[in-house]
Amino acid sequence: MRRTIPLFITTAAGVVLVVAYFVPWMSALGETVSTWFNILAAIAFILGGGNLMKMNLRKISDRVPGWGYSVVTLVAFVVTLAVGLAKVGVNPLPEYPSYAWSGEFNEQGSAFWWIYEYTWKPLTATMFAMLAFYVASAAFRAFRAKNIEATLLLGTAFLILLGRTYAGVWLTSWLPEDSPLRIELLSEFVMETFTTTGTRAIMIGVALGVVATSLRILLGVDRSHLGSGRN
Amino acid sequence: MTVVHPPSSAVPGLLAGADPPFLSCLAWDAGAPWLLAAAGEAPKPFLGFLDPGRLWLLLLLAIVCAGVVACIGLARSGRPMKVRRMPALDAVDEAVGRATEMGRSVLFVPGLMDMNDIETIAGLTVLGRVSRTVAEYDAQVEVPTARSLVMTAARETVEAAYLAAGRSDSFNPDLIYYVTDEQFGYVAYLTGMMSRQKPAACFYLGKFFAESLILAETGNAIGAIQIAGTAEVSQLPFFVAACDYTLIGEEFFAASAYLSGEPDQLGSLKGQDVGKLFAASILVVGTALVTVGSILGPESAPAKAAAYLVGEILR
Repeated sequence: MRRTIPLFITTAAGVVLVVAYFVPWMSALGETVSTWFNILAAIAFILGGGNLMKMNLRKISDRVPGWGYSVVTLVAFVVTLAVGLAKVGVNPLPEYPSYAWSGEFNEQGSAFWWIYEYTWKPLTATMFAMLAFYVASAAFRAFRAKNIEATLLLGTAFLILLGRTYAGVWLTSWLPEDSPLRIELLSEFVMETFTTTGTRAIMIGVALGVVATSLRILLGVDRSHLGSGRN
Repeated sequence: MTVVHPPSSAVPGLLAGADPPFLSCLAWDAGAPWLLAAAGEAPKPFLGFLDPGRLWLLLLLAIVCAGVVACIGLARSGRPMKVRRMPALDAVDEAVGRATEMGRSVLFVPGLMDMNDIETIAGLTVLGRVSRTVAEYDAQVEVPTARSLVMTAARETVEAAYLAAGRSDSFNPDLIYYVTDEQFGYVAYLTGMMSRQKPAACFYLGKFFAESLILAETGNAIGAIQIAGTAEVSQLPFFVAACDYTLIGEEFFAASAYLSGEPDQLGSLKGQDVGKLFAASILVVGTALVTVGSILGPESAPAKAAAYLVGEILR
């Protein structure tokens, strides 16, 4: 029963969503299934929050290496949650001036907005900016001309990089504007012809893989996400 | 309901002057009836059973599904199904074995998305197989998740794998936990954890975005053996550059079936090949039609057929 019921729910929801895509009068039913998923995900967030608290409190209690990070995590979590739920610094809506909590929790100037703007955003931007260094180190390794294939890859990458910068335009600016040998046009050609071809081939494979995987799950052939089918 | 004239969502072949002529005006609003009208007449509501704009897609889907189901049936009847070797999946044992020898954990990252994403489900199906190997080797697998539902599902998956391996006492639910829904918060946790704990094997199987390279490069820096898989085309080059093995697109979806070795599942992989054969046939026919059409002119039958193929069947 523990696997039969989830499998039944999965199959029913999956079939409804597929049918709703093709049968117009069932689209409302498809939306209902999606809404149910959103409700489940929202409830599960409480589970996630509870798990976060439990895991970090245990790390602090056991004084595991790096427990200080858990303190920072918990403080950030509790403060953000409290500030958002209590709507600290939020002004009442003009329509309901006597209700202190009638404003939006993320209103400009509120404590939650402040945390979002001056803590969350800079931290996220920092992590994203670090990507540039990771790209550089990965490119350094990937573009080593070890063999013919790697050399071709290096040459193509160099051409594309050059074609995306002004240096590429400047280097072949002496050629006629419609010359296919101009680096920016060569770069476009490689992107539109070879890259698009490869990408489409992968996407066709992905689409077929999605269909086959969905069928395996809907038909109950693959139950590994619910447990082994053998036990 | 929005009535568009000419309708943006209309089927081009069914516009005014086309055959049949009564379908001169089509408009679509989710769940609402279609508006049909003869040229010059007031539109009349009409609720069709099937969305006419998606009939070709339905047909193509039916062909692929029929191929998959037929191949599953063939596999059940005992016909041997040969599937090409996938080095990335053959390396699972090696990766887990290495982690066991080094006394370090195995890290499994199921991506950023929730359980309504097929890539996450595909990742979890592989997690079931990997966990079983981990349980058999008596190693440890750690699964930090970015979604609460994924955490719950992953716990069920790993627990079932430990049960199947006869090691239910070794299962530790605390190793499968929720971190945060935030993309870079999740990445910051993972990279910090990887740098401190230095897992010997890292699996990245699911839906990934900008964080793919950060994770893979960190794993590379700590010397972990890395196996990645995603259907996100824009992230594949990063995984290819930084990981030891990468499951590209359809290989990722085939991974669970490949690792299971069960005839039913291998049959479904063969069914995918039927779909691929069909797609290749359409490609060849389409290329031929476009080539001949460009020689004979835009009013020729091959050119019109090519336009119909692109505009109607494959739109």
